[in-house]
Amino acid sequence: MSPRGAEARTRSVRLRASAPVFAALGDATRLRLVTRLGTNGPLSIARLTAGTDVTRQAVTKHLHVLADAGLARGARRGRERLWKLEPAPLEEARRCLDLISQQWDEALARLKAAVER
Amino acid sequence: MAQSSTDRIEKKVVLRAPRARVWRALTDWKEFGQWFGVIMAGPFTPGARLKGKITHKGYEDAPFEITIERMEPERLFSYRWHPYAHDLKVDYSAEPTTLVVFELQESGEGTLLTVVESGFDRIPLARRAEAYRMNDQGWAEQMKSIERHVAQGR
Repeated sequence: MSPRGAEARTRSVRLRASAPVFAALGDATRLRLVTRLGTNGPLSIARLTAGTDVTRQAVTKHLHVLADAGLARGARRGRERLWKLEPAPLEEARRCLDLISQQWDEALARLKAAVER
Repeated sequence: MAQSSTDRIEKKVVLRAPRARVWRALTDWKEFGQWFGVIMAGPFTPGARLKGKITHKGYEDAPFEITIERMEPERLFSYRWHPYAHDLKVDYSAEPTTLVVFELQESGEGTLLTVVESGFDRIPLARRAEAYRMNDQGWAEQMKSIERHVAQGR
C-alpha cells in the first residue's frame, strides 16, 4: 500500500469517526452548552440553566447527548453533578474541515502547474 | 440571511496564464480531470450531472458526481456536489450539496482565480468542524468567538 493510499484511508476513517460529534453539535442549544462549558466549566446543571429560558430537563437531555458523543462528562462533586467539556473529539472534528481546505490547496497547486506549463 | 463564516471555504490563487487557458483547464472535462484527480464521464454543460472515477489512491472506489450549474465563459464556472462523500456504504443522495464556484479575473500577472465552496452549514458533518476551528490563542478565546457566532442567532 502506498503512503498516499494509507493516508487517504486514514482520512476517510477519521471523517466517519467524527460524524457523531458533528451530529451532537448540530443543535443551537447544545452548541451554547458546549460554549458555556468551554469558557466557564465545570458547571452544574443549575448554573447552566440560570438566566436562560431552557428548562432543567432539556439541559439534562442535551448534556446526555453530548456525553454520548464523548464531548462532555459529568462527575459528582458533593451534592451536585458538575459537567465539563472533553475537548479531544472537538479538536478531531475541527480537523475534518481543515482536510477539505487542504485538499483544495493540493488541487489548486496541480491546476497552477498545469496552466503555467 | 448573511452567510456565516462556518459556511464556506475560500481560496484565491494567481495563475500566470491567460484567462482563456485557465477557463479551458477548469471546464474541459479531460483537463479538469487531470489536475483534479478524477476521470470524468463526459463533457461539462450547464445542468449536466456527471459521474467520475477518482484517481487518488485509496479513493478509487469512492462515488464521485457533480452537477454543473453555471458556465459563463472565462468568467464563472460552478457545480454542486457532496463533500466527503467517500464512504461506499453511505447513500449521500439525500444530503444537501455544497456549491463550488470558480471565478476568473484579469490580474496584472495573469489570472486571479477565486474558488468558493459554500453550503457547509447545512451539512451536519462539516458545519461543526469549522465552528470549532481552533488556533494558538487557545480554547477559551475560540469559545468566545463561537459564543458570538451563536449569539448572532443561528
